[in-house]
Amino acid sequence: MENLHITNGQLAQWLDDMRRDGLRIFAPVAQGGKTDFKFLAEGDTVAEDYVQTAQSAKRIVLPMAEVLFSYRKHGKDIEVANPGTDRFNDTIIWKARPCDARAMRQVAEVFTRDYDDAIFEARRSHTTIVAFSCNTCDDCCFCTSVGGSPGGTEGSDILVTTLTDGGGALVEVLTPKGEGLAAKYLAGAARADGIDKQAHLADVRVLFSADEVRAKLDGAFDSPVWQEQSERCLGCGACAFVCPVCTCFDIQEDAHGARGRRIRCWDSCGFSMFTQHTSGHNPRPTQAARWRQRILHKFSYIPEKLGEAGCTGCGRCSRACPVDMNISEHLKAIAGHE
Amino acid sequence: MSNKNIYLPYLMRIEKITDEAPGVKTFRLAFEDKAEGEAFNFRAGQFAEYSAFGEGECTFCIASPPTRRGYVECTFRRAGRVTTGLAKLEEGDTMGFRGPFGNSFPIEQWQGKNLLFVAGGIALPPMRCVIENALDMREKFKDITIIYGAKSVGDLVYKEKLKEWEARPDVNMVTTVDPGGETPDWKGKVGFTPTVLEQVAPSSDNTVAVVCGPPVMIKFSFPVLEKLGFKDTDIYTTLENRMKCGLGKCGRCNVGKMYVCKDGPVFTKAQLNGLPPEY
Amino acid sequence: MNNLTELANKLLGDGTATKVIGYEEAHGKTRPCFCTEAADTGRLVLDERCTNNIAVYLTKPEIVGGHKVAVTATLPVLRTMVQLAMENQLPDGTTAIVSTESGEGLAVLPTVGDMERVVAGTPLDISGKERELRERLKAMSREERWQFWLGEMSRCIKCYACRAACPLCYCTRCIVDNNCPQWIQPWASPLASMEWQISRVMHMAGRCVACGACKQACPMGIPIHLLTLSLAEDIQNEFGVAPGSVMDHGNVLSTFKPGDKEDFIR
Repeated sequence: MENLHITNGQLAQWLDDMRRDGLRIFAPVAQGGKTDFKFLAEGDTVAEDYVQTAQSAKRIVLPMAEVLFSYRKHGKDIEVANPGTDRFNDTIIWKARPCDARAMRQVAEVFTRDYDDAIFEARRSHTTIVAFSCNTCDDCCFCTSVGGSPGGTEGSDILVTTLTDGGGALVEVLTPKGEGLAAKYLAGAARADGIDKQAHLADVRVLFSADEVRAKLDGAFDSPVWQEQSERCLGCGACAFVCPVCTCFDIQEDAHGARGRRIRCWDSCGFSMFTQHTSGHNPRPTQAARWRQRILHKFSYIPEKLGEAGCTGCGRCSRACPVDMNISEHLKAIAGHE
Repeated sequence: MSNKNIYLPYLMRIEKITDEAPGVKTFRLAFEDKAEGEAFNFRAGQFAEYSAFGEGECTFCIASPPTRRGYVECTFRRAGRVTTGLAKLEEGDTMGFRGPFGNSFPIEQWQGKNLLFVAGGIALPPMRCVIENALDMREKFKDITIIYGAKSVGDLVYKEKLKEWEARPDVNMVTTVDPGGETPDWKGKVGFTPTVLEQVAPSSDNTVAVVCGPPVMIKFSFPVLEKLGFKDTDIYTTLENRMKCGLGKCGRCNVGKMYVCKDGPVFTKAQLNGLPPEY
Repeated sequence: MNNLTELANKLLGDGTATKVIGYEEAHGKTRPCFCTEAADTGRLVLDERCTNNIAVYLTKPEIVGGHKVAVTATLPVLRTMVQLAMENQLPDGTTAIVSTESGEGLAVLPTVGDMERVVAGTPLDISGKERELRERLKAMSREERWQFWLGEMSRCIKCYACRAACPLCYCTRCIVDNNCPQWIQPWASPLASMEWQISRVMHMAGRCVACGACKQACPMGIPIHLLTLSLAEDIQNEFGVAPGSVMDHGNVLSTFKPGDKEDFIR
């Protein structure tokens, strides 16, 4: 794979060319006072001046509502229709952050371990991630505390680092998919030579050690810290839904008389109903127990399985939280807890 | 990459419906596609997702034993949306079935041992599978004791099975109902299941205990077993966390480092000791 | 020690309260905080940056159970407390700490009557910006308005932050969590999200105190408060009850009076 050096004009042209070719491009656009990913439509301008999109790009591979199959009743008989996986279109995620791209691997891990989820796999195989390194960050960012980097290449097909001196961009072509895209749109681009990528990246401070957090979490199940930290938590699903790693879902029925569809939709361990039995018994009856689950799952259970935290430090949950349940602040407190 | 849609259920024909107790039914299900039925295998303790089309999916164990082929049975109590939908179905109707999922009872490892089954209420179905599995290979085990309790005589499920097991000379069958739940002609015991377990006092020597029931019954049965000398590694139970996918993906049944749907539902007490009490 | 801390300590000290629900500064903003002893109260702040509606905690048993609560109340919080009291949801003995009208001092409102007097004396004034947005919506044709909201709802992710942040959305089991029958489709899609918002707004009709917590909580920046505001205007026009005012006779849509012209309830 190769590294290219393109001018700002070539970068703009690349996007313009893809749009002109009618590619499905999912990119950050300013909407309603926030910047968030959307499929580019005519007249949309890709956002420039922002640190992080409101949501991650995960809904390209894990949509908010996914039809798993449909059915039709004929008297006592049922006819089930598998929607198949040939209905998906190629999609380019443009300007994902390295933390988003990195999260995709963990999302994929969930849907491919033990049982291959063909719907997910098909969506993923149709997705190409063109990530952009972060030149800036804010107080919610903490990728470097969880093993990431503002210029990390993991999970991206292409990583673009715009050079802060205005001298164009470094394009790292990382996968065969990325090569395909580069061959088509960046043919003739100059080979990158002697670019110090690091100099153009945001300075994301290390706030805590994920290993230390993990060590502290062992045996912290009964700690009063959960009650203390979760007291102001309102129990909404904003943190989980904007998270690039969270994948918990619900399966629901869309019934219309004799016809219907079974649908997979997002769910969150922060909702009180998530674990509640029909009998009313709830294994996690308090917000403190649910907050504990969120933290333990991401920083103890997932690391045990994957060797890395179930969090890429994108900071979206902290930005989205209506009551400032700032995750890095809480993790810092846990790491420093006696 | 497999093209199989893991959320797609088998279509099953309801062959027979048995009313077990108020609100409790047993369905005998046959695979609509005979080839699928013949290829289908499972182990005692595994569970499945049962679909009422139009309502959704619901999780329960496979109640019939793997040694009786050609059909599967499930027993459920009408409680929420899906079980209410299932309860409305009639013989000959079609429903969905996804499974088998989860681990199972290590019944092969129990050969040569005494077996003690302690069940409460609607938790006899998960136990029935392993009981019948054991009875179908009776000679492999030593004494078999079954202690089954329910709130009232009316709430006892599998009344025919209970009679059958009671009649067997090679099964020590003890049936009990909670105080106040007895009828004038009730011949079994009266008392809460853990209390009756203490009275029956089965020997823990070379014995495996399987306990299934409501959380409160399990909570009070464990100390009795401990008193009787059972080791935590010889006490088995099944967890019934809420589930949706059954595939270890939806996250709902995650308890500690385990997914009940994948690493369970069968756990030894020793394993439970290492899990957070979130079940 | 500032006046607020001093006052909170006094209330905790003399047994008026065992928990103070207030605001603390963090990350350049303010957020809710809880104080149960004098050592906690130094962080309390109460100023115009305090925009969370902390009355939301008053209906959470996990927070108020076993406590006598004092709330450092901004005006929207106070309006909510009056409304909660009217709906029999304000825990007994809840005290409000408010800034005095001059903005310099603090006052303790020990009874609901005291809170009502302050609220009645300070009619709700919907900001010019909100008024303008509402007017812009009103000027649209029905079809334009529907398209506007469908567009907004297409960004809804159904995280229910609006529900969680609303102090008057306190049902222990929300209509969306009910599946027998399934009133509202549980996934996010423009129509399913619209269904949810319409239900939410209808439940708020005549009760919403126009605090804006729903809008502030929305991580997608959807102006959902315009829905409740519009409905509040309808209620005002139809029933003469202004949002956030002190109501003598219960919520207009859930209170029947013998003189009402509708007779369906008889």
